[in-house]
Formats: sequence, C-alpha cells, structure tokens
Amino acid sequence: MNTAAKQHRFSTYHTHLVPPSVLVSVFLLLILLTIATVAATWIDLGQYNIWIAMIIAVAKAALVALYFMHLRYDSPFNALILVIALLFTTMFIAITLKDTVINTRNLQPPPSAASNTG
Amino acid sequence: MWIFLATEILMFGGLFCAYAVYRAAHPDVFLYAHHFLDQNLGALNTIVLLTSSLTMAWGVRSAQIGKRKLLVIMLMLTLLGGLGFMAVKTVEYKDKWQYKWLGFHNMFYPGNESLRDEYFKKHDHDSGHGDIDLNHDVWHHDEMMDEPDTTSSSDIEQEVAVSHTLQTPPHSGPPGLSESYLHPGDRTDSDPHDTQITFNNLSPTDQYRVHLFFQIYFLMTGLHGLHVLVGMALIFYLLVRAVRGHFSPAYYTPVDLIGLYWHLVDLIWILLFPLLYLIH
Repeated sequence: MNTAAKQHRFSTYHTHLVPPSVLVSVFLLLILLTIATVAATWIDLGQYNIWIAMIIAVAKAALVALYFMHLRYDSPFNALILVIALLFTTMFIAITLKDTVINTRNLQPPPSAASNTG
Repeated sequence: MWIFLATEILMFGGLFCAYAVYRAAHPDVFLYAHHFLDQNLGALNTIVLLTSSLTMAWGVRSAQIGKRKLLVIMLMLTLLGGLGFMAVKTVEYKDKWQYKWLGFHNMFYPGNESLRDEYFKKHDHDSGHGDIDLNHDVWHHDEMMDEPDTTSSSDIEQEVAVSHTLQTPPHSGPPGLSESYLHPGDRTDSDPHDTQITFNNLSPTDQYRVHLFFQIYFLMTGLHGLHVLVGMALIFYLLVRAVRGHFSPAYYTPVDLIGLYWHLVDLIWILLFPLLYLIH
C-alpha cells in the first residue's frame, strides 16, 4: 500500500527512477569496454582497428545516453534531437571527407612557394 | 536542454571533422605523433570520468527520491571526479608545456628544430637528426599531391621526378625539411604495421605536418577541458543548493539537466580517447 502510494506520487512528476543495479551494471560494462578498446590496440588488425575502436566508442556513448542520460525512459522527442544532431554531424564529416579525398589530388601546388616564405 | 546538447555536439562536430580530414590525408603523421600521448593517463581519465558519470546519475536518482544526504555525497564524488580528470590533464599538459608545445613554440614547427633536437636528445628518442641536414633546405611543391599511404615505389619515383622539375632553388623555403625525399631509396615506404614508425621514416612532407596533430589535440582536449571546468562549476552550484535543501522529488530539474550536461562531456571524452590516444 505504502509503495503503491509512493509509486503514484512519483508518477505525477513523470519520473522514471533508474535502479542502482542498472546504473552499476552499465558502469561496469563501460569499464569493460574501455579495457577492451585499449586491448584491441595490442592486436594488429590493419584498417579494422579504427573500426573496432569506433564501434566500441559508439557502444559506450549509446550506453551513457540511454541509461545515464535516461534517454531510454524519456519522451522519444529528446532522442530524436540527439539522432538528428548526430546525423547532421555525420553528414558534415562524410561530405567534407569525400570532398577532400576527391579533390586533394587535383589541387595545384602553390605558384611560387619561394615568394611566400621570403 | 537536449537542443542545447545538440548544439554542443555540432560544435565538437567541427573539430571531429578537422580531425577526420587530417587523419585521412596524413595517416602516418597521426600514427607517429600519438606516441607522444600517454595512453595510460588517457585510460585513467576515461575511467575517472566514467565513474563521475555514475555518481552523477546516482545523484539524480537520489534527488528524485528525495535523499538529500545521498545527493550531496554523490555530487561531491562527481566534483571529485572532475577534479581528478583535470589533475591528470594538468600532468599531461605540463609535460608538453615544459617543451613549449603550446603556442608558437611547438617543436614540430619549421624553425624550431633546435627545440626538437633538444627534446629528442633528452628523451633518447628516434630523432635520427644525423640524417637531417639542417643547412640544406628543400621546399615541397608536391605537398598537395602527396599521398602518403597508397603510393607504390614507382609512383614515388614519378612523383619525385615531377617534384624535381618543380623544385625551387634550395635555401628558399622553411628550414628543417630533409633532403631525403629526393632519393626514393631513402624513403621508407612506411607500412605502419610492421615497423615502429619513427620521425625519420615519415616522409619529409609528413615531418613538416606533425604539428597539425598537436594543434588538433590541444584544440579538442582544450575545449573539452573547458567543458569539464564549466561542468564542475555547475556541479558546485548544485552542491550548494543541495546542502541548503532546495531539491525535492517535486523539484530536481537543475540536477537532472546539469547531469545531462556532465554526461555529454563524458560522452565526448569517450569518443576523443580512442581517436587521440589509441591510434593504431
């Protein structure tokens, strides 16, 4: 009865309590992933190393956003804002990168480096 | 609050973009230069920041259920985490400050070879300055066309032949660039994965660009550090209010929002750590 009353009291404030067990297990998972990402650099996987590092980093970021920032329990609108921001950042980086890769080799050397450096 | 966080992401996005462009263009530079960062300190800082995120999230929870004492303890621990992070960062920056790596005195700038030699001597690093003829300067015309990673040796020969024809007389460019690129045999076609990369087997154009890594490093970690400081100030403000008993299950929004900000700072570090410290 008492707990039910409490539950009701909190629900009027749109609160979702993240239980400590979830917080701690997310934290332990984050530490584990940190160790994993450091350990991954000991193994040479060529170009896949960067992908592994980034996948682990994104997984960690997702854990922080979903549980510590309680996005999972929030209105989806908040998540939408985050996803859109990330989407635009990704577009920004991807287009710039593509442009750099394509155009760098077409760039002409400076007409006279000697006059620039005096 | 989430819209503010989105603008923060976009602000850091610009820096991540700069990082991506330079790393894509000069992978060897990043591979070489990141050895100057201490991986252990970086990992330690990640763990410190993650712990402070945990205590912050727990603090929000205690505010939600009206446990004032627990909230105060959690905020104190979070503040301590921020302090710890900044302390480790100070140790890292101080090491670089000693060799005047901040400002215009970065030892990898052209013109600062004496600083670089001094550093290499002191740290018994692979300077190989015997190979670098400081009196004989060469300016590179093929900077923009240089493709460090993919060129086969015959391509390099061609490139060098082209650069010969474009070359201006010596002594006209910034000092400190090795002459070795003129002799393709001297240039180690650097496969970063089977040899430890050294300053000398970077191509001279890449040697000239090492400072870019540090500029990006200082800009990204500097802006992040600034965010940590702001976050610490905000958490201190929360702490004062929590001690005065301003927060209750009915009113804990400031704790929640500043918590979100703190987690975002943590989140950005999570991305920075592998990008700057764990280059492979």
